[in-house]
Amino acid sequence: MATLVLDDEQKMLREAAMRFMAEKAPVAQLRALRDGEGGAFDAATWSAMAEMGFPGALIPEQHGGAGFGHVAMGQIMEAGGRTLAASPLFATGVAGACAIGLGGSEAQKAELLPKIASGELLCALAVDEGPRHTGKAPATQARPEGQGWAITGAKVNVADGGVAGLVIVSAVTPEGAAGLFLVEAGARGLEVERVEMADSRDTAILRFEATPAAALGEVSAGGTTLSQVVDICNAHLAAELVGIAGKAFEDTLAYVQERKQFGVTIASFQAIQHRAAHLFGEIEQARSLVLAALSGLDEGAENLPRLISAAKAKAASVADLATNEGVQLHGGVGMTDAYDIGLFMKRARPAAQLFGDGRFHADRFAALSGY
Amino acid sequence: MFDLEDFRADTRAWLEENCPASMREPMRGADDICWGGRNPEFKNDDQRLWLERMADRGWTAPTWPEQYGGGGLSPEQAKVLREEMARIDAREPLKSFGISMVGPAIIKWGSEALKQEHLPKICRGEIRWCQGYSEPGAGSDLAGLQTKAEDKGDHYLINGQKIWTSYAHKADWIFCLVRTSWEGKKQEGITLILFDMQSPGVEARPIRLISGASVFCETFFTDVKADKKQVVGEVNKGWTYAKYILTHEREMVSAIGGDASAVDALGVQSLDAVGTDDQGRLDDPILRGDIARWEIDQLSFRLTLERARDEAKAGEGVGHYSALLKYAGTELNKRRLELKVAAEGMGGLAWEGQAWKGGALAKEWLRSKANSIEGGTSEVQLGILAKNVLGMK
Repeated sequence: MATLVLDDEQKMLREAAMRFMAEKAPVAQLRALRDGEGGAFDAATWSAMAEMGFPGALIPEQHGGAGFGHVAMGQIMEAGGRTLAASPLFATGVAGACAIGLGGSEAQKAELLPKIASGELLCALAVDEGPRHTGKAPATQARPEGQGWAITGAKVNVADGGVAGLVIVSAVTPEGAAGLFLVEAGARGLEVERVEMADSRDTAILRFEATPAAALGEVSAGGTTLSQVVDICNAHLAAELVGIAGKAFEDTLAYVQERKQFGVTIASFQAIQHRAAHLFGEIEQARSLVLAALSGLDEGAENLPRLISAAKAKAASVADLATNEGVQLHGGVGMTDAYDIGLFMKRARPAAQLFGDGRFHADRFAALSGY
Repeated sequence: MFDLEDFRADTRAWLEENCPASMREPMRGADDICWGGRNPEFKNDDQRLWLERMADRGWTAPTWPEQYGGGGLSPEQAKVLREEMARIDAREPLKSFGISMVGPAIIKWGSEALKQEHLPKICRGEIRWCQGYSEPGAGSDLAGLQTKAEDKGDHYLINGQKIWTSYAHKADWIFCLVRTSWEGKKQEGITLILFDMQSPGVEARPIRLISGASVFCETFFTDVKADKKQVVGEVNKGWTYAKYILTHEREMVSAIGGDASAVDALGVQSLDAVGTDDQGRLDDPILRGDIARWEIDQLSFRLTLERARDEAKAGEGVGHYSALLKYAGTELNKRRLELKVAAEGMGGLAWEGQAWKGGALAKEWLRSKANSIEGGTSEVQLGILAKNVLGMK
């Protein structure tokens, strides 16, 4: 395994991403989007992100990206987790970019990747068909039609499904092969139903009725591409979860050092100190595992799916712990909308659920470990 | 980088040639550990040979200076050595409190004479050391220790009692915290001194534990003479050195959870005892989930040990890791043994006899309960993290 320290370039990018998210995509922006008439994300912020090279972080330079790699993108995801940045970065820059980069034909890559890197094309990856991710073959069907395909079925839990210009859909062919297909926004027979979620992020149910689609690369390779892309998504969701846990912890620590009862700060109480110290240790350990998973993606480590499942499971349970401890240690004000801690709890759960929660991944980890 | 790869190739070749086959199998129990000492108990010739060969190369203490018997390796080279040893499952040639605890303090603060007298013997495993820290009235409040050292000109006269002294009955020398001053803060009257356990007036009585073993002792000192030249560093500065050694001890204890690569495979190792369902999964879904959660936590921990080493090398060393690792590593080891005992069922609780290697697992399970007490309790570690790292007060 490569060393578990960021190199200078990655450190600079991490700092730049932290600064950017704090200034341009703070929690206040999520609140404004939630409470206002505005859309699912702030267009000016997204343009600024594209200027920073964020959506193209995983896209090679030959296709207009920055080619930073997974460790670097993980730092951006973590930074976004810390400010609950509501942006299309995950669905477009991680899921979309990797699905097309790994599965697309040369022509598709040449056409689509530069548009993703520039921020002009938003993507969504439509996989789940029920409230919980199962990892099983889709029921959504793809039938050959003319030069392309027609998709029929329904997808749920589609992050950015309401804003995407291009939807990547998993569906099964009449031969029984699970493949990936591209559907353009506004296509005939595509119905988009936006779902209000606890985290106020854009999520949609998509219904397809003989909707025209193009195969992403070779249909027969779609299953493999999908599982690779879902693994990558989980590694980056884990990075976001570490960001969420880290900031929830820091906010909580700051609060207990300021809140006074019995004439002293509540941080002076051993009961609080031990809970905080335990949480700090858990976050540091999750950070190591997530870094190893991201680094494994960059270097093609052995048994990567097992490592990524471990990282997702750990990050999910640590984010759960951090936000629960956060609300508890904030006391009554932790239950109010005025404080951010509750917003961290509301994002931690959907980020963990998407593409399999901690239990799903602990189970998968066990199976991949041979028991 | 190229040099490091050369070093790796040389190391690999040397290990292949010099590590006896029987030293490449996982240790089966406490008696597979080689402790060295004046009267070493070698289990077999291979164990002795392996120690001698590694000591000749300075690789019992890979990063110590060569002039004192160490290997003179850089941290990067030492990491390569660890990796290459792990690759062939090579056992640690020597387990030594000299190497893990008192040696680093002698290197950092000891006089040149002390270095020359003690370090080479530590590297060769010729002297076995024990640690005289805790007292009946000074456990978590270690700085409250009362063992008295009176200045008698060229020597100190030591009177008092230590407790939980690991392997005092087998050790040749002790590094001992004694009180040389009753003035000012209690931390400022402590001295770290070395003396021979065969000195008149030293008595070590093993304490029988719940595991049936007796690795800890009550150690009594009655008018024991200790040469003043054996004071490490300065008189009354021992608390600083003691904390430094405790940091090393924490790292060693936390490595209980981190070193053994085999323990990651708890699930697979449990297949025989638990059985499998028709899909090859452990045939106890709740235990399977518990084991998976443990393995994931264990992996996080092991990677954190790795990250701590990498960061230290990159000059980003953060002192808070030792308390964090001690706490997390020992709690994980306790969980591991709880799960292992559960997986083995009643077999895991057998105490004596042919079955279950004479109760080795049950004893290991009970032994592990001390992990989160010795070297500073889990509660002490959490307190250190909260106050020193998180700044909570």
